[in-house]
Amino acid sequence: MIKAILIFSNQGKPWLSKFYQPYSEDTQQQIIGETFHLVSKRDENVCNFLEGGLLIGRSDNKLIYRHYATLYFVFYVDSSESELGIFDLIQVFVETLDKCFENVCELDLIFHVDKVHNILVEMVMGGMVLETNMNEIVTQIDTQNKLEKSEYLIPHFDNHDRE
Amino acid sequence: CPLQAASQRTQPLGPSERGADTTAIMPAVSKGDGMRGLAVFISDIRNCKSKEAEIKRINKELANIRSKFKGDKALDGYSKKKYVCKLLFIFLLGHDIDFGHMEAVNLLSSNKYTEKQIGYLFISVLVNSNSELIRLINNAIKNDLASRNPTFMCLALHCIANVGSREMGEAFAADIPRILVAGDSMDSVKQSAALCLLRLYKASPDLVPMGEWTARVVHLLNDQHMGVVTAAVSLITCLCKKNPDDFKTCISLAVSRLSRIVSSASTDLQDYTYYFVPAPWLSVKLLRLLQCYPPPEDAAVKGRLVECLETVLNKAQEPPKSKKVQHSNAKNAILFETISLIIHYDSEPNLLVRACNQLGQFLQHRETNLRYLALESMCTLASSEFSHEAVKTHIDTVINALKTERDVSVRQRAADLLYAMCDRSNAKQIVSEMLRYLETADYAIREEIVLKVAILAEKYAVDYSWYVDTILNLIRIAGDYVSEEVWYRVLQIVTNRDDVQGYAAKTVFEALQAPACHENMVKVGGYILGEFGNLIAGDPRSSPPVQFSLLHSKFHLCSVATRALLLSTYIKFINLFPETKATIQGVLRAGSQLRNADVELQQRAVEYLTLSSVASTDVLATVLEEMPPFPERESSILAKLKRKKGPGAGSALDDGRRDPSSNDINGGVEPTPSTVSTPSPSADLLGLRAAPPPAAPPAPASAGNLLVDVFDGPAAQPSLGPTPEEAFLRFVCKNNGVLFENQLLQIGVKSEFRQNLGRMYLFYGNKTSVQFQNFSPTVVHPGDLQTHILSGVAQPPGSSLVDGGAQVQQVLNIECLRDFLTPPLLSVRFRYGGAPQSLTLKLPVTINKFFQPTEMAAQDFFQRWKQLSLPQQEAQKIFKANHPMDAEVTKAKLLGFGSALLDNVDPNPENFVGAGIIQTKALQVGCLLRLEPNAQAQMYRLTLRTSKEPVSRHLCELLAQQF
Repeated sequence: MIKAILIFSNQGKPWLSKFYQPYSEDTQQQIIGETFHLVSKRDENVCNFLEGGLLIGRSDNKLIYRHYATLYFVFYVDSSESELGIFDLIQVFVETLDKCFENVCELDLIFHVDKVHNILVEMVMGGMVLETNMNEIVTQIDTQNKLEKSEYLIPHFDNHDRE
Repeated sequence: CPLQAASQRTQPLGPSERGADTTAIMPAVSKGDGMRGLAVFISDIRNCKSKEAEIKRINKELANIRSKFKGDKALDGYSKKKYVCKLLFIFLLGHDIDFGHMEAVNLLSSNKYTEKQIGYLFISVLVNSNSELIRLINNAIKNDLASRNPTFMCLALHCIANVGSREMGEAFAADIPRILVAGDSMDSVKQSAALCLLRLYKASPDLVPMGEWTARVVHLLNDQHMGVVTAAVSLITCLCKKNPDDFKTCISLAVSRLSRIVSSASTDLQDYTYYFVPAPWLSVKLLRLLQCYPPPEDAAVKGRLVECLETVLNKAQEPPKSKKVQHSNAKNAILFETISLIIHYDSEPNLLVRACNQLGQFLQHRETNLRYLALESMCTLASSEFSHEAVKTHIDTVINALKTERDVSVRQRAADLLYAMCDRSNAKQIVSEMLRYLETADYAIREEIVLKVAILAEKYAVDYSWYVDTILNLIRIAGDYVSEEVWYRVLQIVTNRDDVQGYAAKTVFEALQAPACHENMVKVGGYILGEFGNLIAGDPRSSPPVQFSLLHSKFHLCSVATRALLLSTYIKFINLFPETKATIQGVLRAGSQLRNADVELQQRAVEYLTLSSVASTDVLATVLEEMPPFPERESSILAKLKRKKGPGAGSALDDGRRDPSSNDINGGVEPTPSTVSTPSPSADLLGLRAAPPPAAPPAPASAGNLLVDVFDGPAAQPSLGPTPEEAFLRFVCKNNGVLFENQLLQIGVKSEFRQNLGRMYLFYGNKTSVQFQNFSPTVVHPGDLQTHILSGVAQPPGSSLVDGGAQVQQVLNIECLRDFLTPPLLSVRFRYGGAPQSLTLKLPVTINKFFQPTEMAAQDFFQRWKQLSLPQQEAQKIFKANHPMDAEVTKAKLLGFGSALLDNVDPNPENFVGAGIIQTKALQVGCLLRLEPNAQAQMYRLTLRTSKEPVSRHLCELLAQQF
């Protein structure tokens, strides 16, 4: 089972955090901090699997991460998940983001955190892998975008919308 | 432009092979259909120069949103959505959000998809399961589930799965299976329903009743839609762990699905082909599912599966279909899972050796991830008897990994593997490599390495001087990480082995010469010289005064605990070496000892001084005699390593099956008998063996039943008083009383238990005036409890008569070899007035009889409680009180049950908390219990945590019936 999914920047700013087990808000922030600390000081080309930090499970939980340009993608999983499977799932996640945002970059994730969540929702549910087929996920997201367009016809650059 | 900050943020993440074509400066607002106000707010935050400025901006925004929400003007859905989005963003930055929940809940009932979606998102990120809003949320979910709109249904299912609370389980657990197997559900809905159900089942299994749907879930493995199959496999994997028999049919379905995937061409599965690998995730999940079961029984299924496994191993040797790393990752994900399954089956030597060779290749792979996984897998492979030797051939590579890997997590795996592959043939090499590694090892893993070295050195020691050297080296290299368990253990072993005592004394004496030696060395040295210093006293270089002054030169630098130990060494010296008496008495008499501020030190000084002055040499020699050998039991080091690593950690040594000859020093790691034979002849009464009963009694019909048969034949008599089951239950918390009584016979019991031993006196009273003939009580062992009966019925041998009104006695000596669930049975046969009588009763020997109460402080209790937090270690029961709820009675029962009662541990004084250790010959099981009475509801909640799952459950059941 996936316990948590985190995305943060090279500076440790969290742009997405999704916990599939209840943690208090304080603990969530501590986990993010601890994870950043664990991951950020690692060289490139070392192993992408780590034992979990103190807060989230220790030896039973593994931390699987990938580093893309300015962002870290971190999945906390228990022993029932295949490390390489999750490693590839992160890749699928990023490739899907790339398709949905056309050349995704860090700013996309910052400004569209709701969309990122929606993409994640199509892939992972309650901590279990729901769908791994990128085309299927992208199709779902496209449908949502169309729905959104049909529901809102208001121009987005109106002055009233500046706040 | 505010968005121009940090242009590197626009660097594409580059997941694909595309070049680094930099994108526009303002991608965020130019792409997609983002909300302008939200974007402006986010850029404001990003431009904040300081934390204070950020907080100020956020507070301004929160005030703004709050006023909008409270304002008179009704907000349209779009605005609500925007503000909720802002709140989410603020939350993510680590700020508390204490409003907006109601607005989010309102969005749930919107008929606009995007509003509903953002409402659900907010709730799954921000709403706690105990929120008061849960009723409103549940209502919205209910409507969406019933909407027959697949998109809405999926949103609702996601919400249930993400919150996963008990309330939601109660509200929806019954509906989800129906949605899952309904013929008209869309694929996406089925997928979501499967995982939703899985989540609810994990959270509260009692809420998900097994039923007719389970069979149909298994058949989802045949579904056309691969996404549905993937979700279904996850669900089945979880369900079958608790109900393996209900889901057995999944084995053949999983095998045939797997076989179809593995043998398909790389393009057959279209979208589910990932970089030329067909359906890697599904394959991995199927292989995991199969690991829940033993190898298939059906030969055809098994043949097909073995073929699959061979195909995967073969494919690993084929040239890759793509140079992309994703291709090899996906392929290897399947390969590693295949190897896990082969190791799990542990029955195909050919496959095991192939797996080992494959992993051997990976050990030298240039990808760090693969080296890591190979080391990890090989660790489990090392414990298989088929592949242990094959694993050992890689020792040099693994040692090299320990020395050269840049990454600590990989080095850690290498150390684990060395530990697992260690046996007598390579122990010296491995231990010396691990010692060398220890000098540079990361601080985080030093203690674990120390424990491992200590265990290996003990287990594979051929000569004990090597063992002593190794432990002293440990203290020298990593003294801070040598825990009490380790240095206690070396003392135990030296005490128990007289052939190593002289060497140990010499070695510690030499080690203590070092100008700066670790305090643990002083402790070990102090203890050993105090016991065995006489063995080296003949050498003038280590004469008694030299030994004393060497130890005493360290005294002032040591902690209180060490100084206390040294004081004991000194008094032992007075006995060993009378010539040191005056010097030592001088030291004890010094003001710094006699008036020491530390009570322990002062007391020792005063008492030792007096003892040395008043006691005669003989008395002194008796009091200060060499310590007796320590009882052999499980190595406390091994126990500690297991605690550190969770259950199964010490597995390489646990079973000891590879090296049965290795138990010469440590009784603790010798192979534990996995089954104890229960020869029934030994249960015969000695007194009766000479005169077997005329008719061989048939075996009891069903060993598990309490009262198999009471007095068949015409003279059958019902029992008096409590039913036998009730009587048996009463004995759970007491040791003496009447076990059975009817018109003819009364059976009384008196028993006592100490550690894993017990003695039980059975009294058979003939209540009639007529003699019983062929009276033959025997004990039958349905389970693992072996009982030896030392004395027979107290009557002349050869006779089996009980006169009218007489009582005969039988003594049973009981030894608990390992934990057990079923009690032994007492079978009594005799003839009364010519009619054969027989009855079978459960003997009141339950596992709790072997409890040893353990006192501990609250802090220790909670620490242990936390250590036993795996779900299978806990058993809990909530039940109605059957007797008046009297605290004193409860206390007496808990004490009778055998555990210690701990005061001032539970914050609620009404609750009872207890701790104890179940002593069996093979192992000890630590138990913690907590009983929470609720007088108002007349209910109890009982929680048991032990290190063994069946024990937790069994104790919980036994004890729950007492109140």
